[in-house]
Amino acid sequence: MAKVLVVDDEPNIVLSIEFLMEQAGFEVTSAADGEQALEQVATHTPDVVLLDISLPGISGFDVLEALRSRPATALLPVIMLTAHGREVEREKGFALGANAYITKPFSTQALVDQVQAVLAEKTL
Amino acid sequence: MRTDALILSAVFGYLGLLFLVAAWGDRRAEQGRSIINSPTVYALSIAVYCTAWTFYGSVGRAAQFGPSFLLIYLGPTLAMMLSPFIIRKMVRIAARQRLTSIADFISARYGKSVGLGALVALISLITITPYIALQLKAITVSHAVLINYPQSADSILYNERFWMDRSLWVALVLAVFIILFGTRHLDASERHEGMVAAIALESLVKLVAFLAVGIFVVFILFEGPGALFAQVAQTPALSQLMQLESVPGGATGWVGMLLLAFLAFLTLPRQFQVLVVENVDEQHLARASWLFPLYLLLINLFVIPIALAGLLLDAGDPDSFVLTLPLSAGLEGLPLLVFIGGLSAATGMVIVETIALSTMVSNQLIMPLLLRSKALHADSRGGLARLLLRVRRVAIVLILLLGYLYHALIGDTYSLVTIGLVSFVGAAQFAPALLIGLYWRGATRLGAMYGLIAGFLIWGYTLLLPGFAQSGWLDAALLTDGPWGVGWLTPYALFGLEEWDIYSHSLLWSMLVNVGLLVGISLFTRPTPLEQTQAALFTEALHPNLQTTPLQRGQTTQGALYELLVRYLGFKAALRVFSKRTHNFELTQPHLPASDDVIMRAEQALAGSLGNASARILINSVVRGEALDIESILSMLDTTTQTLEYNRQLKQKSDELARIGQDLQSANDRLRELDRLKDEFVAMVSHELRTPLTSIRAFAEILASHQDIPESKRQHFLQVMVLESQRLSRLIDEILDLARLESGRMPLNAVPLDLAALADHSLEAIARLQEERNVSLTVAIDERPARVIGDPDRLEQIIINLLDNASKFANQEDPRVLLHLFKQNQHIYLCIEDNGVGIEEKEREQVFEKFNQLLSGDQTTGKRPKGSGLGLPISRAIATHLGGRLWVENAQVLNGARFVLRLSEAVNI
Repeated sequence: MAKVLVVDDEPNIVLSIEFLMEQAGFEVTSAADGEQALEQVATHTPDVVLLDISLPGISGFDVLEALRSRPATALLPVIMLTAHGREVEREKGFALGANAYITKPFSTQALVDQVQAVLAEKTL
Repeated sequence: MRTDALILSAVFGYLGLLFLVAAWGDRRAEQGRSIINSPTVYALSIAVYCTAWTFYGSVGRAAQFGPSFLLIYLGPTLAMMLSPFIIRKMVRIAARQRLTSIADFISARYGKSVGLGALVALISLITITPYIALQLKAITVSHAVLINYPQSADSILYNERFWMDRSLWVALVLAVFIILFGTRHLDASERHEGMVAAIALESLVKLVAFLAVGIFVVFILFEGPGALFAQVAQTPALSQLMQLESVPGGATGWVGMLLLAFLAFLTLPRQFQVLVVENVDEQHLARASWLFPLYLLLINLFVIPIALAGLLLDAGDPDSFVLTLPLSAGLEGLPLLVFIGGLSAATGMVIVETIALSTMVSNQLIMPLLLRSKALHADSRGGLARLLLRVRRVAIVLILLLGYLYHALIGDTYSLVTIGLVSFVGAAQFAPALLIGLYWRGATRLGAMYGLIAGFLIWGYTLLLPGFAQSGWLDAALLTDGPWGVGWLTPYALFGLEEWDIYSHSLLWSMLVNVGLLVGISLFTRPTPLEQTQAALFTEALHPNLQTTPLQRGQTTQGALYELLVRYLGFKAALRVFSKRTHNFELTQPHLPASDDVIMRAEQALAGSLGNASARILINSVVRGEALDIESILSMLDTTTQTLEYNRQLKQKSDELARIGQDLQSANDRLRELDRLKDEFVAMVSHELRTPLTSIRAFAEILASHQDIPESKRQHFLQVMVLESQRLSRLIDEILDLARLESGRMPLNAVPLDLAALADHSLEAIARLQEERNVSLTVAIDERPARVIGDPDRLEQIIINLLDNASKFANQEDPRVLLHLFKQNQHIYLCIEDNGVGIEEKEREQVFEKFNQLLSGDQTTGKRPKGSGLGLPISRAIATHLGGRLWVENAQVLNGARFVLRLSEAVNI
């Protein structure tokens, strides 16, 4: 069973994503800030990360940069999931190595599809 | 004691001293170490204005007409105050064109006209002769008083034979003296440095003498001014005399006398000589413009006290009070000093006046005639300079003899002051041609000529003729009934104008006709090219461009020019013209063309000796081509003026543009900054709105697509949706509030209220929430009621917001919050503290920025409390709008953050 890590500081959003991922058949863990996220990646080795940008402490971009800089996680699929919808932020996300970029509020179906697509790409 | 021998030796001793000073001044001038190059000497030389008329006559006039004599000195004071505008211009013109007298000046202004110069010289001679006579009379009378006191002076004055007449001898001695140091030089140039030095000394002597007699009368004869005026007050006739109303002619008399003195100060030949011709440096005017009026003030200080004292003590003829008062006290030395002072006043005037007149006679009357005779041109080298000096010497003797004759024939009928004023009005006739010519380019030679002649004739008819009538030379009925019995032609009351004093009367009519003809004829006559050129050079004299431009354009050889100069001025002067640039000049190549500069200097040198009109004739005899024509001068002045003006405008415009550009740039920068802030704000707002919206949408979709969710979970999801919707609404409300506050459109209901009661109310409203959070709350309200002006709803919003924040940021283990309300210095303070981690110094202003939630949060838990990030910005905006302040500082009791709301205490609720 593929593991999904949800990184967001809004409990209600985490709640909804947890429910969606579980329904889609994934194992879900969550982190409320960047530090926790990096810890979780190390301990739980998720197959995909859903990453918010505005986080307390280090930002989502910083987390992504850290992941890409480490060999173990350099290829870990990361989907940015954020309320920052501007083009500059989107471009920055891709430049730092995000696999996908979804803006909030998102379509639940599209989110699930995207997670599955990323995982399928990874297994190929 | 007062023997003739003693007096004569004093007189000759004094004249000898003057001569030595003059000789010294001349020698220093030759060595190039001028002693008169000083504004003080210049101011003292101007004081030649104060003649024997001042020295003896002021007291006489004060005794007769009260303080009106002061007008004679206020006129010059006015002229000196205006010197930057009038005299400075005259000085600059005279220096540039080397003009030798007022006749030369006026002639030069009107196209170097020989006729006009001759006219001015002639009129000067006629109008000034009585004035010279006046000085001779003063010397003679004062001498007689000194010798005869206490007997009347008249006895010896009337019983002398012709050769015994002292005035004649005085005139002859003075003539010799003036010839000795007025025409010592072969080089008869316009300046007389030695004479000026001697005149300055004379001014000092007369001032000292007058002050001495004044101090004697006031402090020794009367024991101080208080005692003197106390005695006067007891004599009604005297105290009345000192009223201002005693001026003859009333208000018109005042104005007329002031104007007369003002004009005469500028036009009297001797004043023109010292003020303009003898001026060494234009800069001297600055100090002289207050030093000379100060001199006038000093010399007039004791006039009224002496007059009053003389009248009180009945000291005889008021014109002799200065002598008879010390004589009556039995003094010997002081009367002699006073006599010498009077002598210095008289001789000073006679010397300068005679030199000025003799220069006019030789340059304006004789020289032009001589130049016409062909014989003169063949004269030997330098011979003309000697001839010129001879002419002047003869002129000096003749002028003094003329003065003597006037004195001997009609002098006795007039008092000193009367003669002086007659001359004043005569000299004032030059004023229109002089002053209007300085400022109005359109004034022409014919206008000046007819104005002058007419003004002079009216002067003669209204002042001179009556003098003859009074002396018995004419029928006295002329004065009472008019000529041939025609009443309106009466000299003292033309056209029935009777109330005026005779001088204002004469001044009015003569000036009216003089100015009228000058302006009228000028408007209808065409000036010659040279006239136009000179008019431009005079009216534009202060134009900076005119200082450096050569005004002569013509061709001649150096040899021809040199020849001319040698013939008329002698070798030395010729060399001076040529060798100004080249030292050890030797005319090796006489066939080479002379430069414009040399031609100009040659003309100036000739003008300085012979007058400008003669110089022009001589220069034209060797130089082909004309002086710069009017068009070139005007275009020169205009182009530069226009260019300067144009440049100034350009610069102004470009400065303006640069400033506007700068303003635009900064406005643009501000707009960009505002635009950036707006973008950021919109991005932040949208981010904040998206967050609750995300949950709502996600759960809505979940609930829609998953029908099989257990009921408890379903309820939970629905509750989340409701809460997030509420959060969304609140956020939108806050954003709108903030927008309204920032744009100033927030309606605030400012009413008097009690902040303590409001705090109570807020605490109640939030009590349940605090309980839930387990916050221990301490309330300390020291001021009750705490009267302020504000919007109760909004203030409550602030208090609740602060309390809410405090409980959120308080220590999670043991949350404690303190509310403290107190009054200090007419302010109400509401402070809310918590026991959280506090806010660092650098972040204390950031917390009031929009959406700037403290990202650091509670470091221990890594969690941050939730909020919109707009509460504090809104609270601060409200506080500011209500005239208060909101800030954060270190908590004083609980060690966390402390938010302080400060409002002004309301009075008179």
